[in-house]
Amino acid sequence: MLRHAARRLASRAAVAPTARRALATAEVPAEAAEDSTFVEAWKKVAPNLEAPKTPISLMQPRPPTPASIPTKLTVNFVLPYKSEIANKEVDMVIVPATTGQMGVLPGHVATIAELKPGVLSVHEGNDVTKYFVSSGFAFVHANSIADIVAVEAVPVDQIDPALVQKGLADFTAKLGSASTDLEKAEAQIGVDVHSALNAALTG
Amino acid sequence: MAPLGARSVSTQIVRNRMKSVKNIQKITKAMKMVAASKLRAVQTRTENSRGLWQPFTALLGDAPSVDVKKNVIVAITSDKGLCGGINSTSVKVSRALHKLTSGPDKESKYVILGEKGKVQLVRDSRSSIEMTVSELQKNPINYTQIAVLADDILKNVEYDALRVVFNKFHSVISFKPTMVTILSPEVAEKESEAGGKIGDLDAYEIEGGETKSEILQNLAEFQFSCVLYNGALENACSELGARMSAMDSSSRNAGDMLDRLTLTYNRTRQASITTELTEIISGASALEG
Repeated sequence: MLRHAARRLASRAAVAPTARRALATAEVPAEAAEDSTFVEAWKKVAPNLEAPKTPISLMQPRPPTPASIPTKLTVNFVLPYKSEIANKEVDMVIVPATTGQMGVLPGHVATIAELKPGVLSVHEGNDVTKYFVSSGFAFVHANSIADIVAVEAVPVDQIDPALVQKGLADFTAKLGSASTDLEKAEAQIGVDVHSALNAALTG
Repeated sequence: MAPLGARSVSTQIVRNRMKSVKNIQKITKAMKMVAASKLRAVQTRTENSRGLWQPFTALLGDAPSVDVKKNVIVAITSDKGLCGGINSTSVKVSRALHKLTSGPDKESKYVILGEKGKVQLVRDSRSSIEMTVSELQKNPINYTQIAVLADDILKNVEYDALRVVFNKFHSVISFKPTMVTILSPEVAEKESEAGGKIGDLDAYEIEGGETKSEILQNLAEFQFSCVLYNGALENACSELGARMSAMDSSSRNAGDMLDRLTLTYNRTRQASITTELTEIISGASALEG
């Protein structure tokens, strides 16, 4: 009798999480496109074990390249600790690529760009949101979707100018007094980031 | 069983068992509460990190059935036990992957994160273990720690394809083993030229002064650290969820056992009282007549 109670409890617990959103998973993968060759090969090796899921089945498929240039750019801006912008339609983004500020408009050619510390600005109508980005990658796909993955980003208005100046002075001093290559490289990185922060505050 | 005619000696044994079972029940209930509270914190961070690996899959596609010479299986397991079967499932999946990707001219090695995986895999695949890492969760998982770890792994291990195996957290009672494949830059270029599932890497212009291979190298490293970060968080969530349900069923079992022991205790107690009474009464009736 107690076993039946336990089973009923388990089945209720399976249903409950979707009702009580507090403890349920936020993301629901709509479809499950599996890689059939992998599943076939798996079944031969381990017939009793279910094949592990792969990333393709866990994310929404991307829309195909449209025939004409769309009017808006869809932006995804992700950081390790949150998705800052997810599937937002904007007019333009300017990313701090290693070659300089790169503007991305709808219909931009597909590009992979590595980012350097600098300002990322998102333009939507008349609103401009600026973030200082530490580094990362930006992918622009042919279907006018831009993915920006960064390690750390802060809105520009949250940067403290006094700390930036102090940091710049500290790292310039360290660069001067650095002896090993590793110290020189670390100090150089510090100087680069802080000068970019300085430029972000003034520009 | 006590010999016939003895007085209430055997209830002591049952009482001791009841005390220990009640303690176990209290401990497992407390462990469940602790796991539940930790889970709440880690779950929000996990859900926030889910967007991190999607841009890479959107760019490079996914090729789990890629055929390469050097495979490295990175298995993420937990350090602590009492978390149900998640570590065993990860190890089973890793072993099957090892079988799948080993052959006459290709090999596969393990990199194990977490004590429980190491203990299980050392028993039969010690020669294939390249590197083990433990105490992952001593401090709360953050990106910097994982980036340093990823750097360490990439420095010490030669690979054509990295397969990260972990338990993805779907809900408090459901965890599915998941495998993410990351290709080394050379293999990624080869696959995209061959027109595999990687998608058209050549269609993408490389912005920047560096060569394409340098950018792809940085990309692969970045992808690995992002995937490892998300995988570590998901596995931590799954571990806590599995521990919650394991401790919950453990406290329920302890409760059942306590009920059964209480019945036995009462029966034994009543039997000894009845024995005493019958002795007295029969003794009294013997004296009378």
